[in-house]
Amino acid sequence: MLSRIAESLFWIGRYLERAEDTCRIVEVHQQLLIDDPSVDSDEAAATLLAVMGSSVDPTGSADSSETVMAQLCYDIASPCSIAAALGGAREAARRARETISTEVWEAINTSWNAVRAGRLQRMRPATAFQYVRERCAVISGTADQTMSHDEGWHFLALGRSIERADMTARMISTAAVTAGSQSAWHNVLRGCGAHHAFVRTYGGVVSDKQAAEFLLLDRLFPRSVVHTLTIAEDALAQLEPGSRRAGFHDDAQRLLGTARAALEYQRPERILAELPQRMAELQRSCAQASEAITDRYFSAAAAATWQEGS
Amino acid sequence: MSLLFGDYAGTPTAFDEVMGADGTRPGYGGVLRQLDKLDATEVRARADYLKSTYLDQGVTFDIGGEERPFPLDIVPRVLLAEEWAEVEAGVQQRVRAIEAFLADVYGEGRVFRDQVIPRRVVVSSPHFHRVVHGIVPPNGVRCHVAGIDLIRDEHGRFRVLEDNVRVPSGVSYVMTNRRAMFSALPEVTARHRIRPVEGYPLQLLAALRAAAPSGVKDPTVVVLTPGVYNSAYFEHALLARMMGVELVEGRDLVARNGRASIRTTQGLRPVHVIYRRLDDEFLDPAAFRPDSLLGCAGLMTAVRAGNLTLANAVGNGVADDKLVYTYMNDLIRYYLAEEPVLASVDTWRLEEPSHREEVMDRLDELVLKPVDGSGGKGIVIGPRATAKQLDALRAKVTRDPRGWIAQPVVQLSTVPTMIDGRMAPRHVDLRPFAVNSGDDVYVLPGGLTRVALPEGELIVNSSQGGGSKDTWVLASDGLRRRKRRRASQELQPVPLAALGEEPVPHQQSQQQQQRRIAGGLPC
Repeated sequence: MLSRIAESLFWIGRYLERAEDTCRIVEVHQQLLIDDPSVDSDEAAATLLAVMGSSVDPTGSADSSETVMAQLCYDIASPCSIAAALGGAREAARRARETISTEVWEAINTSWNAVRAGRLQRMRPATAFQYVRERCAVISGTADQTMSHDEGWHFLALGRSIERADMTARMISTAAVTAGSQSAWHNVLRGCGAHHAFVRTYGGVVSDKQAAEFLLLDRLFPRSVVHTLTIAEDALAQLEPGSRRAGFHDDAQRLLGTARAALEYQRPERILAELPQRMAELQRSCAQASEAITDRYFSAAAAATWQEGS
Repeated sequence: MSLLFGDYAGTPTAFDEVMGADGTRPGYGGVLRQLDKLDATEVRARADYLKSTYLDQGVTFDIGGEERPFPLDIVPRVLLAEEWAEVEAGVQQRVRAIEAFLADVYGEGRVFRDQVIPRRVVVSSPHFHRVVHGIVPPNGVRCHVAGIDLIRDEHGRFRVLEDNVRVPSGVSYVMTNRRAMFSALPEVTARHRIRPVEGYPLQLLAALRAAAPSGVKDPTVVVLTPGVYNSAYFEHALLARMMGVELVEGRDLVARNGRASIRTTQGLRPVHVIYRRLDDEFLDPAAFRPDSLLGCAGLMTAVRAGNLTLANAVGNGVADDKLVYTYMNDLIRYYLAEEPVLASVDTWRLEEPSHREEVMDRLDELVLKPVDGSGGKGIVIGPRATAKQLDALRAKVTRDPRGWIAQPVVQLSTVPTMIDGRMAPRHVDLRPFAVNSGDDVYVLPGGLTRVALPEGELIVNSSQGGGSKDTWVLASDGLRRRKRRRASQELQPVPLAALGEEPVPHQQSQQQQQRRIAGGLPC
């Protein structure tokens, strides 16, 4: 597979997951403000934007929730918005158009056409969130069902998993910061679509420890950090030709494995005690792994420049 | 006659392909009849569907970096089997003549010695590349793909307007148009026997594989695109996808030691045939423009070493130079000893003093075209030009007579086209596509019909606001009859499984009863 195409597929995976997770994170944020009137909405908005890597400070603005919606949802010019993520996915898909299936391309393209035409802005926020979540599910479901699970698909899955681990860490960070609020973890579970699965596993009573444990360490729930990292490691193993008898050759594999072990083999109480730091570490590991993958698989795509002989 | 076509009359000056002197022409009867059965609003709704489906599928072309859906008209253009036979034979003949001419120009040069065409006409063409002199392609083919632009004159006769043997584009729209029309107008398409167009990618792939360097049993073919901002990027992606080959950009290629490879996640992989959709000048910065970022240095070395085939070959532009076009009938007679099947448009060569003199006096009634222009760029239509434009043109021609040709204004034929919900005559041309595998020349039945959407406009190029029509070549009489196929194998139906209700009816009734006893009143 062409390095350039592999890179496009990796980024389709990342951008789509980013769109979906951003949507989930904003939803959690809004729910928190509704559930708990004691939360200072400006401060919560500032925390959220900082966690999402936005440089905009909403404290000065008249309506902080409007700023959040614009920055994280429909403003195409804002790099951390859902609209920008869908735009990025669409541009990457256009470059890999002959590799992805027609159905996946059309699913991505129609979603982008709707967003570009300003549909997210015109919908009520709840409807917009649902729309984005459903479109992302349609796209990833179509990809799973209509593309061969070959090298290209592994890159797609890899991108998706790394982004998901990173974004779940961000979501847990927001909960940790606004913790103390009774419903914070409740909302994070809902945001991850994990509430139902959690209740079926632990019963209806949510304690911070159990919720964090479930979102971080559960091996069976598909959006938990450990499960997601395992998927990413599997994809990397599939991409690696031949098996090794000792250790790992690939830097990305080492980074992700280390990050996973740091969570899995640590006492849950200790992770919980220093949650924001742990989550920041995890985000850094994801960034480093992404760079390692780029170096190893995609950098051949960098243009070689021709200089006229003298 | 329906509301849609009731007042349709064509234009007095041009040949209308639907309405003749004695009413509807053969071939269109079925189409009009079926469209009549739908009412006008329904036809308009179908036309809107065409537009939205192209937007969803991303069937677009780029103008100045902006993606636009390619306009497709709801009324198809229909060609009868015998009309097509003439086009097909004419296109094949032209491709064979052009191949012979190119082999001669970059080889022996017999045509110059025999004084059929002056050597200076060829070597002064900006697309003549001395670099490829003496290179003989593996199976002798230089025009793997050709697009011959045809028009129909006032009498409905096909004439060649120009040849495209460098990187002709538009074939993807032939395929997407057909699919869109089949889903938009099933009532109409189902009643006609239309020759299919889906076979094109396979024909192309076969021709590209046949052109592989000698000794390569299973050649790797790739499509080379300038990138996503190219106006025809959609087409490059579609062809690569349908042929099942990689779509590469210049930066994906490496050419070292006379061999070309692509960069993959598993390292370099050799490439044998490149279907390039890049102009000659950008292909290889070591051989042509040194500032090109789109190509790959060393490709020409690989070609010369016989390890790589470029399709189409470099230097083909001399054959579709518009000045060389004026010699094409002589070239057909010279190389093939045949009379040309398709007529050309009368043309004045402005580098000949007598011609130039004649033309300069009549600039306001002629069409002037730059010889190496494509996409309708630079064309001046005399009767529509202002005095100022004509003066500027006169100065340009005097400065560079080799750069221009003049032709009479040909009224392109018209076909009804939906404009603002009503049918109006619009001028069309036709670009059939030919694929030369070396053994034979395949002409895709149909080709791209481009339509000039502004009223009276004669330039049909999409970069000038043109649209397109699905082009139907009817098989024999064109009507479809139902055929009952005899099943060769007997079908063995197996019933579908289902979860089903509670197995025992008795159990159901007990469940209901229990509720009644426990809950007292049903709520």
